[in-house]
Amino acid sequence: MSEATLQAPLADDSAWRGIAWALARDLKLALRSRAELGVQLLFYVIVVTLFPLGIGPEPGPLHTLGPGVLWVAALLASLLALPRLFAVDFADGTLEQMTLSPYPLPAIVSGKILAHWLATGAPLVALSPLLALQFGLDGREMAVLTAGLLVGTPTLSLMGAIGAALTLGIRAGGALLALLTLPLYVPVLIFGAGAVEALRAGTAPGGELSILIAALLVSIVGAPLACAAAVRIAVD
Amino acid sequence: MSSSSINWFRFASPASFFPLARKLVPWFALPAALLAAAGLYLGLVVAPTDAQQGDAYRIIFIHVPAAWMSMFIYVVMAFWSAIALMFNTRLAAMMVQALAPTGALFTFLALWTGSLWGRPAWGTYWAWDARMTSELILLFLYFGYLALRGAIADPRRADRASAVLVLVGVINVPIIYFSVRWWNTLHQGASVSLTSAPKMAAVMLTAMLIMTLAAWLYAIAIALMRVQAIMLERERRTGWVEGFAGAAE
Repeated sequence: MSEATLQAPLADDSAWRGIAWALARDLKLALRSRAELGVQLLFYVIVVTLFPLGIGPEPGPLHTLGPGVLWVAALLASLLALPRLFAVDFADGTLEQMTLSPYPLPAIVSGKILAHWLATGAPLVALSPLLALQFGLDGREMAVLTAGLLVGTPTLSLMGAIGAALTLGIRAGGALLALLTLPLYVPVLIFGAGAVEALRAGTAPGGELSILIAALLVSIVGAPLACAAAVRIAVD
Repeated sequence: MSSSSINWFRFASPASFFPLARKLVPWFALPAALLAAAGLYLGLVVAPTDAQQGDAYRIIFIHVPAAWMSMFIYVVMAFWSAIALMFNTRLAAMMVQALAPTGALFTFLALWTGSLWGRPAWGTYWAWDARMTSELILLFLYFGYLALRGAIADPRRADRASAVLVLVGVINVPIIYFSVRWWNTLHQGASVSLTSAPKMAAVMLTAMLIMTLAAWLYAIAIALMRVQAIMLERERRTGWVEGFAGAAE
């Protein structure tokens, strides 16, 4: 599976090279399993579609609930995609080789998470305006919702990666992953959906979006370290 | 023996901590029982009936200590998790494991008694109040710890994986609390607020503090008892456990 050989000499930029290596490798692997990625995107669309069927077709309630529905569906879609981040590499031993590589493990993990978000999170963000349209959101609401998803879903991938690494090799890991990860998603959900609420209440959504960006920056720094620690525990 | 000459790391070994834990339990359990009896007497008999809420308010003597302990125990678990990861000690991870069920129990008690109190006080069993919502999420965090702990067969891996989880959780607890509070004020205003509670009579406050102390001592006693069971189970193949089992027969 891993065609790239790990022969990089240790250099000052080994962290960046580690990120680039893992990013390129995982993106290549993701592109080879496009069908799987498509299924995950369809899951998002189907979950969002279920809500009007459950609530009723009146535009009023749907317009009110739209941002929350899209965000909850994005959380669930992110959760569904998480196991593929490490599980295959863990099963065939590649992950263990990565922990032995001269690249710093947090860098490799960062590259993997970035590739994961580009393969699963970014298409979801790109599709969201279309779904927002179905809930009757106007142009500005749609823009704020999409901007929130754009800066919020990478945080979901980063936080979720810790849970994915902790549950490696555990039976019934999927349900456990949901229990570990979803409570940690709560702040992102609140501020993401809250940005659209703020716009509707007549205030600028900049504050909520700034908090989402702050959460993203903190996660970029902290999550790969925790995630690398969890990977080491799993392959030990 | 002066206190400075005690080697505290000696007690990081289960073999030397076990007898100490056995000796300590009654010193916490007995005062806990006495204080609970005194606190309940003060709270249920001596304290006057509240002018607005009648006797329903008396649930605070359980509710407030439970809510405090639920958060405090999670912080203590995070402390022992950090120790377990930094020094790679088995006993610290065992303490986390011993504390978790008590923390979850207090969280559940806080939610349950809060709900029972909410019905007469606010007319509803549940409101999406910031404190209640974050307490509920705290319960999920406890369940997540217990589930992860239970799902990993190898105890050493379970120790370290769950320690990472608790540390990630404890960083998130304040973030969750403030985001939920922010969300709450945005959505429904301060319609249901506990912060503007009327001033308490001195006897009520005394009873509540005594009950808190009782809950605290109870938590220590029960954690020390549970950690003994965990030590015996996990160290069952070691010499000191065999010696202990032989002495007990």
